[in-house]
Amino acid sequence: MAETSVRNFNINFGPQHPAAHGVLRLVLELDGEVVDRVDPHIGLLHRGTEKLMEAKTYLQAVPYLDRLDYCAPMNQEHAYCLAVERLLGIEVPKRGQLIRVLYSEIGRIMSHILNVTTQAMDVGALTPPLWGFVEREKLMVFYERASGSRMHAAYFRPGGVHQDLPKQLLEDIGRWIDPFLKSIDDLDELLTENRIFKQRNADIGVVSLADAWAWGFSGVMVRGSGAAWDLRKSQPYECYAEMDFDVPIGKNGDCYDRYLIRMEEMRQSAKIMRQCLDLLLGKESTGPVSNIDGKVVPPKRAAMKRSMESLIHHFKLYTEGYRVPAGEVYAAVEAPKGEFGVYLVADGTNKPYRVKLRAPGFAHLQAMDFLCRGHMLADVTAVLGSLDIVFGEVDR
Amino acid sequence: MSEALSGLAAHLREKLGEAVLDSVVAYGELTVQVAPADIVKAATFLRDDAKCRFVSIIDVSGADYPYRDQRFDVVYHLLSPTKNLRIRLKVHADEETVVPSVTGVWPGADWFERETYDLYGVLFSGHPDLRRILTDYGFEGHPLRKDFPLTGFVEVRYDDEAKRVIYEPVELKQEFRNFDFLSPWEGTDYVLPGDEKAKTN
Repeated sequence: MAETSVRNFNINFGPQHPAAHGVLRLVLELDGEVVDRVDPHIGLLHRGTEKLMEAKTYLQAVPYLDRLDYCAPMNQEHAYCLAVERLLGIEVPKRGQLIRVLYSEIGRIMSHILNVTTQAMDVGALTPPLWGFVEREKLMVFYERASGSRMHAAYFRPGGVHQDLPKQLLEDIGRWIDPFLKSIDDLDELLTENRIFKQRNADIGVVSLADAWAWGFSGVMVRGSGAAWDLRKSQPYECYAEMDFDVPIGKNGDCYDRYLIRMEEMRQSAKIMRQCLDLLLGKESTGPVSNIDGKVVPPKRAAMKRSMESLIHHFKLYTEGYRVPAGEVYAAVEAPKGEFGVYLVADGTNKPYRVKLRAPGFAHLQAMDFLCRGHMLADVTAVLGSLDIVFGEVDR
Repeated sequence: MSEALSGLAAHLREKLGEAVLDSVVAYGELTVQVAPADIVKAATFLRDDAKCRFVSIIDVSGADYPYRDQRFDVVYHLLSPTKNLRIRLKVHADEETVVPSVTGVWPGADWFERETYDLYGVLFSGHPDLRRILTDYGFEGHPLRKDFPLTGFVEVRYDDEAKRVIYEPVELKQEFRNFDFLSPWEGTDYVLPGDEKAKTN
């Protein structure tokens, strides 16, 4: 064979590829089966969320947040609500905080189940997604029973949550936890010691802690590299400071460690949910779920029918909305995929002047070239799976 | 928390001197403004100084204030995991200003700067690959600028005759309606047609 016939090969991975987790186009430069260069082309799902939010009132902007990381919608709303609340200087009542924490953890479990099981599918196992989706579906029903919608909840509002939860729902969530822990153990047994799964994931996509920080990684991606960094612990928001849970960390910074962390985080989330439920059914079983000031949170429909003042508030808050004092804040939450932040600039009117959504997946995906260089082509899907990418938030 | 931040602000003023144009602590967050030429120096200092250790780049974003001379803000959010602190760096720029890229300090700034360039048209020098990122191939304009209309200029559809997706000027069945509910008694300054003459004369 002549020397000249040996050349690098360019292939397109996606935008329609089941392992691309959405609409990702990767331009791969291959030397045989070894990846020389990865150039991710994103933006195929760009909807201009930030621009649209500038044209809506603060309340109307909430549903856009659901459509970012649609695997854990409420965690995004949470960051936005925290930002608005900080500018307004209002407090969320304890019961509202507990409901938020409860549903944030449900979102975390939903996202992690999806990621862990589809990552297993990316490396060749079909059973885990089928098992995992059973539990995920039950969680979506809990979403639906709280907000009326399986995914696009718009349930967290600036000031608190939209509605109180019925007692029956809380009890049902409580009854779900133990069988769920059992099914996580089943999944654990199926995957953790599986030879093929280990071969495909261990020592793949290794990232050192210094690199992880410099690339702007967060969440599981830095914990996998050994940093005990979790915003719920290190910069607690809501009532996470009162919750008892552990932060699992990895040692090797590879895909396998990140898988293990996600598995353990689901168990810890279940533990947090249990604590929230105990409080919601016990000490905090009554009380408001959103701020009672009345200048931010619209009154309930029943109150509106009886009181003139409530009627006026209802009308004003659903048309003009409330004004947020001028200023700028950055509020971040520990979303399942990493640090989700909202940089909010207010100019004193009823619409945000600028909303910048800092998506964890965006920072993770830009490191694809760095992570995949020198790996085999088949490892690209394993790395991509463990980055936990959802295009709703990467493209915004 | 705010004591740690004001301490940090004083430390930065002392070490960076003239480079710090302004520093504000508001809502429990520290904002430091620097000149475009000093951004790499400030970034390197913030990353390497023992009292700062801002090793993680969280975000780079733009913001548009058309009424200002230097209409753009380039906003950097940094995180120091060891000190558990956050800081916001700000640089003012306009369409012509070239802001030095911080990709040499944190490789993770790469896509964030591309995004800022794409959406606002802020130029970065020394960036390895300053292409558009979020918008379509061949897109024109910078959509997050305040003078860019919400509805955009072109729309796409699949053309059955050409057998491909084609671009056409946006044609709305109904004009885009901007509902401005700000109450007229406070806030908005309504300009009625013809009214501007009354004020000048």
